[in-house]
Amino acid sequence: MMKCGILFSGGKDSVYAAYLAKKCGNEITCLITIISENPDSYMFHTPSISKVKKQAEVMKVPLITQKTKGEKEKELKDLENAIKNAKKKFGIQAIVTGSVESAYQASRIQKICDRLELDCFNPLWQKDQIELLNDLIKRKFKIIITGIFAYPLNKSWLGREINEKFINDVRPLFEKYKINPAGEGGEFESYVLDCPLFSKALEIKDLKIQGKKNSWRMEIEVE
Amino acid sequence: MILLIKIYNKRFHYYEFIKPIEDVLKKNNIKFQSIHYKNVSEKLLNKAKKIIISGTSLKDNGFIKDIDRFNWIKKYKKPILGICGGMHILGLVYNGELKKKQEIGFTNIELKQEFLGVLGKIEVYELHNYYVISKEFEVFGRSKYCPQAVKHKKNPFFGVLFHPEARNKYLIVNFVNL
Repeated sequence: MMKCGILFSGGKDSVYAAYLAKKCGNEITCLITIISENPDSYMFHTPSISKVKKQAEVMKVPLITQKTKGEKEKELKDLENAIKNAKKKFGIQAIVTGSVESAYQASRIQKICDRLELDCFNPLWQKDQIELLNDLIKRKFKIIITGIFAYPLNKSWLGREINEKFINDVRPLFEKYKINPAGEGGEFESYVLDCPLFSKALEIKDLKIQGKKNSWRMEIEVE
Repeated sequence: MILLIKIYNKRFHYYEFIKPIEDVLKKNNIKFQSIHYKNVSEKLLNKAKKIIISGTSLKDNGFIKDIDRFNWIKKYKKPILGICGGMHILGLVYNGELKKKQEIGFTNIELKQEFLGVLGKIEVYELHNYYVISKEFEVFGRSKYCPQAVKHKKNPFFGVLFHPEARNKYLIVNFVNL
């Protein structure tokens, strides 16, 4: 058993990584969320990030948040500080990430963990994207799409739930337009409303939609 | 049957270092069995046609203290592919020495002689704090700092310091099809 700090965006990958950490007998000791002021950050997902507080509450796990301006190297320093705080405050022994393909993200986090003498777990590394979506459905994750950022996705995808129909609709886009079905290339972003780690499901109380053409974002209030 | 040997001592590393290799084998309809190095038996070694020894995380180095558990390699004649930590093991069993050098992320390497069917420059994903030097292996390719692709001078034992399961999956398939 290891005490794990989860790099947490509230989207499907980081929540599923946390789920696997626990399933393998580790402790989810804290969540670490980076709030980037740069919507195009290379490292961090930004939509719905203030909603991670609600997720942390229903997971009954402490949350460490760290703001960053999102400038390329500075945001790595901010991430390192947040992880350092988590080690000091909660005695974490390892970091868990939801990286699937992004070598940019994974290699930088590996270097930070090595400097801080923490182990680093990437349980979704290289995972087949459709298999990942199917696993989430099988394990009763309730996930909605909160942002889309690539052609031919449009406003109609916002708020959609990840279910079998979603997989059937997204699979041909993957083949034709190279849209990554799990959205890891930043094609879309998601928010987890319920999963086996939550003591209760979150519900959407209010939502605001903004965007244009093939870039839309849905800000939600949950409770 | 391909025997895939797990070298982690923290089970949660299965997902990052074993499953991607298993997925490559499954996708190519290759029969395999995964086993932890502490559970390797003579029966399994005899049954296997080839062996892949995986890597593990930067901080999960317990296998080095257990290097005696890999002495079976000295008598083995069938092909072995050692990946990262697996390459360390091959080198150490053959009187090699570990040296400290970190490489993390993409690196370009050049295979100056054909290695598992590949020649020339390739981009690879690295994740290591050490590399191994053994006089009993010939170097086929290197990065700026370390030997990256080696083959035993007498036996069909191949070592790669990088992680082919990340960006060079075809190398695993080429090894199986040797």
